[in-house]
Amino acid sequence: MHPYTNQGSQDTRSGFGAGLLELGRCNPKVVALCADLTGSLKMDAFAKEFPERFFQTGIAEAHMMSMAAGLTIGGWIPFTGTFANFSTGRVYDQIRQSIAYSDKNVKICASHAGLTLGEDGATHQILEDIGLMKMLPGMTVIVTADYNQTKAATIALADHHGPVYLRFGRPKVANFTPADKPFVIGKADVLLEGSDVTIAATGHLVWEALEAANTLAAQGISAEVINFATIKPFDTEALLKSVHKTGRVVTAEEHQRHGGLGDLVAQTLGMHRPAPIEMVAVNDSFGESGTPAQLMDKYGLNAAAIVEATLRVRNR
Amino acid sequence: MVPITEYPSQIRRDILRMVHKPQSGHPGGSMGCTEFFTALYFDVMRHNPAAFRMDGHGEDLFFLSNGHISPVFYSTLARSGYFPVAELSTFRLINSRLQGHPTTHDGLPGVRIASGSLGQGLSVAVGAAQAKKLHGDPHLVFTLHGDGELQEGQIWEAALYAGGKKVDNLIATVDANGQQIDGSTDEVLPMGDLGAKFAAFGWDVLHLEQGNDLHAVQAALRQAITRTGKGKPVALIMKTAMGHGVDFMAGTHKWHGIAPNDDELARALAQCPETLGDY
Repeated sequence: MHPYTNQGSQDTRSGFGAGLLELGRCNPKVVALCADLTGSLKMDAFAKEFPERFFQTGIAEAHMMSMAAGLTIGGWIPFTGTFANFSTGRVYDQIRQSIAYSDKNVKICASHAGLTLGEDGATHQILEDIGLMKMLPGMTVIVTADYNQTKAATIALADHHGPVYLRFGRPKVANFTPADKPFVIGKADVLLEGSDVTIAATGHLVWEALEAANTLAAQGISAEVINFATIKPFDTEALLKSVHKTGRVVTAEEHQRHGGLGDLVAQTLGMHRPAPIEMVAVNDSFGESGTPAQLMDKYGLNAAAIVEATLRVRNR
Repeated sequence: MVPITEYPSQIRRDILRMVHKPQSGHPGGSMGCTEFFTALYFDVMRHNPAAFRMDGHGEDLFFLSNGHISPVFYSTLARSGYFPVAELSTFRLINSRLQGHPTTHDGLPGVRIASGSLGQGLSVAVGAAQAKKLHGDPHLVFTLHGDGELQEGQIWEAALYAGGKKVDNLIATVDANGQQIDGSTDEVLPMGDLGAKFAAFGWDVLHLEQGNDLHAVQAALRQAITRTGKGKPVALIMKTAMGHGVDFMAGTHKWHGIAPNDDELARALAQCPETLGDY
């Protein structure tokens, strides 16, 4: 059985809000921008305590992204906040030209990513953002698993020079990362060692992978669970080291199969060490309204789906 | 000290020769804005070409939003001392810092943001202007936009923000040449009353009818500076003629994005005397 306990379910966006507030107190260069979603992004505490360093742009995400690029020119470290859909697809050209190509030190912080946004439906449930952002040269892409990891990652961003996309979400999920564990950009975490299969997971699916490992252990299957919180730069070494041991991989993410973690793992394996792979991801479709749990079940993004994928990859 | 009146003819020669060599680039808007760049960089703006710093603390900043008029920008930067004039010969060629559209990517001094995809520069400038206010830096931020560029929605997001949040250390100039790639702005998408539009967004609006008269541009920019710090961003609607300075290129969208051939170059250069020495 995996050794992690849920310290009390919390939303990852609240981890971002807490991290941003702490940054505000310890780093006077940190500024924040929000496009009319201050409460949803949990940025209100920062806005209240540091009103002079908080920029409310109104519902104008394109302007917000380019404005953040302009703020860096004066030496500030801007953190933008809006939903993941409006942080990527809506503003892709602004990010590409004003931020990524211009090498600006902007931290794009994106909440309500994926199906777990729930009832608002597919217009807001972006499942393509990891792919969009990881294709941009020089962009660092981080997808955090729980409250504590999101808080630690937020804090780590301020000391990293360069554009970053930080993806988190709305629902309350298990909080299992130790509160004092620092976030290291580019380093995957082996959460559970195993010998039969590597489960490479990111975001909300990391806890599901740990739960799946318990189920598998009861069936005599030893799963190694790795949290790939940094999608880019990808920790190739961590993946290959694990696959040398297990020989097969299941990936798990709340994202399209095309363009996500699964793609990246498949590419890495193909280039370095071919191995059977199964992907737990959304299969080329949009989401819909429903509760987060209903949606994750319907679209096959939970512990049960990871167990099934593991059994499939074991037979290949 | 070179008299400021020596610059426009030389900059136009640079523009023509820069786009002729690769047979590529945008001479029309560049030549229409030559007096503006001359006034800004050799008179009005307080800047430090000898020691370029990205953060621009303690100096005025300029952002070119309509990045396709890079030839006039590059010539002005080089003639100001940001980088060697000889480098102008590399424009649009492989391995050059002088990319088709301006970029910070290759470390060209004087450029603080990539532009080319239109409509983003005003937002960038607003951010830089707010950064200066946060630092308590009293220097100003200048931008230039094409009138056709104002068809991009993001411009009006930025205009609304700058007016509503009183970003009054910002002077945005619109190159109102009435032309864009597919024809006149009236044919492509009528722009209406630009001054009234900016005023309605909370801007202090100035008009300049003679945007190709160097002294008139200098006076208009000086007047714009006196209007900063009063709670409103300042817009300067500046009428110019695309391709100004060469008779067969002036006043038409035809020369927006094509280069002169050998014969046309010779005829054009004959109308722009060499004043400061060709690169």
